[in-house]
Amino acid sequence: MSLVNFSLMRHELLLTFAALVILTAEIFWNPEKKRSISLFSIILFIIITVIGFIPSPSGSLFGGMYEVTPVRLIMKNILNIGALLIFLQSVSWLNKEENSEKISEYFILLISTLAGMNFMISAGHFLMFYLGLELASIPLAAVAAYDRYNNKSAEAGIKFILISALSSGVLLYGLSMIYGTTGTLYFKGVAELFANSNLQILGFIFFFSGMAFKISIVPFHLWTADVYEGSPVNVTSYLSVISKGAAIFILIIVLYTVFPVIIEAWQKVLYVTAILTMTIGNLFAIRQNNFKRFLAFSSISQAGYILLGIIGGNQLGMTSVIYYILVYIFSNLGAFGVVAAISSATGKEKIEDYNGLYKTNPGLSLIMTLALFSLAGIPPVAGFFGKFFLFTAAAQKGFYVLVLIAVLNTIIALYYYLLVVKAMFINKNDKPIEKFRSEFTTRLALGICVAGIFITGFASIVFELIRSMSFGV
Amino acid sequence: MDILTLFVVIPVLTIAGIVSIKDIKQVRVISAAGMGLQLLLAGVLVYLYLTARHSGNAAEMLFVKDYVWFKSLNIHYTVGVDGISVAMICLTSLVVFAGIFASWEVEMLTKEFFVSLILLATGVFGFFISIDLFTMFLFYELAVIPMYLLIGIWGSGPKEYAAMKLTLMLMGASALLLLGILGIYFNSAPDGGELTFNILEISKVKIPMSAQYLFFPITFVGFGVLGALFPFHTWSPDGHSSAPTAVSMLHAGVLMKLGGYGAFRVAIFLMPEAAKELSWIFIILTSISVVYGAFGAIAQKDLKYINAYSSVSHCGLVLFAILMMNKTALDGAIIQMISHGLMTALFFALIGMVYGRTHTRMINEMGGLMKVIPFLSVAYVIAGLASLGLPGLSGFVAEMTIFVGAFQHPDLFHRIATIVVITSIVITAVYILRVIAILLLGPTTNEHYEHLTDARWFEKISVVTLITSVAAIGLAPLWLSTMIGTSLQPIVNKILLLNPF
Repeated sequence: MSLVNFSLMRHELLLTFAALVILTAEIFWNPEKKRSISLFSIILFIIITVIGFIPSPSGSLFGGMYEVTPVRLIMKNILNIGALLIFLQSVSWLNKEENSEKISEYFILLISTLAGMNFMISAGHFLMFYLGLELASIPLAAVAAYDRYNNKSAEAGIKFILISALSSGVLLYGLSMIYGTTGTLYFKGVAELFANSNLQILGFIFFFSGMAFKISIVPFHLWTADVYEGSPVNVTSYLSVISKGAAIFILIIVLYTVFPVIIEAWQKVLYVTAILTMTIGNLFAIRQNNFKRFLAFSSISQAGYILLGIIGGNQLGMTSVIYYILVYIFSNLGAFGVVAAISSATGKEKIEDYNGLYKTNPGLSLIMTLALFSLAGIPPVAGFFGKFFLFTAAAQKGFYVLVLIAVLNTIIALYYYLLVVKAMFINKNDKPIEKFRSEFTTRLALGICVAGIFITGFASIVFELIRSMSFGV
Repeated sequence: MDILTLFVVIPVLTIAGIVSIKDIKQVRVISAAGMGLQLLLAGVLVYLYLTARHSGNAAEMLFVKDYVWFKSLNIHYTVGVDGISVAMICLTSLVVFAGIFASWEVEMLTKEFFVSLILLATGVFGFFISIDLFTMFLFYELAVIPMYLLIGIWGSGPKEYAAMKLTLMLMGASALLLLGILGIYFNSAPDGGELTFNILEISKVKIPMSAQYLFFPITFVGFGVLGALFPFHTWSPDGHSSAPTAVSMLHAGVLMKLGGYGAFRVAIFLMPEAAKELSWIFIILTSISVVYGAFGAIAQKDLKYINAYSSVSHCGLVLFAILMMNKTALDGAIIQMISHGLMTALFFALIGMVYGRTHTRMINEMGGLMKVIPFLSVAYVIAGLASLGLPGLSGFVAEMTIFVGAFQHPDLFHRIATIVVITSIVITAVYILRVIAILLLGPTTNEHYEHLTDARWFEKISVVTLITSVAAIGLAPLWLSTMIGTSLQPIVNKILLLNPF
């Protein structure tokens, strides 16, 4: 392997290296100072994130099984940013007494899943794709059950692993049909030999269903709320942002590069699932009381909006999807960051606990409001731009009815986001959450989120940069 | 930096100033200074605008600045004003200025109140200076969302319900608008070429009829909701009556004008063909708005509800006039927007001040206030007379122009609609005079009211600013008419091409 090859694979190699370093460090680390290992891991991860941004040429490795293009690189970098924010937000929770024995496990497992996602995004072959997918899923089940003496956390872990196995099975079944009809699993080969036969369409449907489980698209979303609720907050935010983002990234790559022939078929599938996902996600979110379940359903509906970007099969669509994921990372992690901070300081996770929060913790309330407004698509924050571009992408291909349904859904979404704002600003509470000061890392992460929420919107350079790398069918 | 962008920058700086200081008293001073500066700037803008026009600058929009924003989608930050936008900017700065003084005594969360209020104003100013649909839409939503907090936190009565209803209905309208704007955008270059959000450029092309039939109603209803178009007006009474004084002022005075202005500048201007074909539906709806709003006002006993229904009626008249699509009526529509904006702001300010003293807004619980608080009472009478269209005040000029314009249509449908709408004048007189009679004249019914104090200095500033403006338009309507008229010409020319008289 030459140096160029290293540079092509640096994301995956560095992440694997980091996981090994943390594992080794764990052995030799002074047991008295176990907590500082999280700081060490974060610094290591910052270095990896920065190196990821160094420009590098496109290329492919292992005979085309592994591909690097600018757009895939930027996808990986976006995921790195998100993961970094989550690591920063996790520190105060990891510092708790009950977690002191397993800090490094948290980092090792999450970094492994991130490496898996990077392999998946860079896949040029369905086998590589599948390996990446599994590497991204299995360790996640372990972290979902991180809080192992908590029944709900254990339940989340087992649910997640079962659903992952099931969806992988469905996905593999679809891949086997595709392999059976085309005789190859290379993306390029499948794209060339795909001939729109019924069996192939069936194979595609199975493949899509498998992916739909991972992205939690309705009707494959049933696991989401339970797993999100049971997992520790930081793991939930990882599931809802990074894991979902990676799955959407690879879905759009596969749809655009492998299945352009059957674009009409997958547009129909996306049309129906997008409507279902938005509407059902929104309607269920209204009734939620637990903040994590609330954000779970909100993130389901967000996935529905994202499908609007994919459905057109146009360059603008891919741009807006990648851009929206970036915006979504900042917004959702802003919201989850506040939930995590409050949960680790007081253990409260219900929406009604947030009543009167503005009086005691104005900063956190404002960040939460900004994040929710961004999720709802209210200007001047980035979510507005993100949603606008997603809808523009769908409208460009004439999906006006779908856009109408989507914009009406944003109103439902606005309703429940405003309920939280109302709880924090308007509702009275005799015993509001007491004033507390969160740790430096949490505040840093929230500060980055707020900056991101504003900058990614106004600075058109971000959008144009992504645009210059995206492609259509 | 160009003068128009200053209209957005000054409020933002004011907000930054408010956020950065601790002392509550200074919050008011900074807000007043910032919005005073804004008012001054509006004066400068009028002067510059008129000078430019006198020196023969006949461009459709003046002071145009264009910055590319999202290049690949051809989204620009483009600002520019014509006489109509200048007039609206003046209105906004007057009402905001008066609103700051009307809310001088906000006790709870003072800082947050002024921040939200000025944020709302930022959105409104930005909306009026934009000639790019994207930025226009952005500012529109920016203006709507602070309303939720303003009503929800500082409102009265069923404020949470009202705030949620208002926000969701207006954001629902903006959802329709988003669709309409996208539709216009993707049809902005029917002969090929680059798609654009720029209103002036889109107005030069003819959007295909099939698209117009689809997107004209969507856009018109989208803006119409904000302009209290029947049957989408229901947010207005609840919202206005629950909102704190300054917010009612700003909302009825300015924000509802966004609806009229947008319907005119986007829906009618860009899609006149469909507007002509489909206007009958909306003429019927707006006629209902006008008459229904006036009857609704008669039935109410709460001062704010009366005024809210009256706003539905008057704003309905604006949309009605816009749909008449001739120069006189359009002229009247713009004057009516300004006139109603000032007048209704004055009303809401006075209602807030009266309520602050009597602690009730039910008219049958009050009486004989003229003797106790003469300044406020006289101001109330003036506002009332302006509202029912007494010559010498702004309401008369506006309504007269609208009705003359509307009656220019020779066909039966338009004339009948006009006659129906004209009846609202009588109904308006009924509810206005009734309120004045019960509220102000007669003996003082409640002995607690004997010791009420009259307006204080900051209240006087607020009231006098507005009364002066109302009288100025009433006494000298021509300069406003001229300013608007030259700007209406290109728009009217475009309409005349397909609708010759």
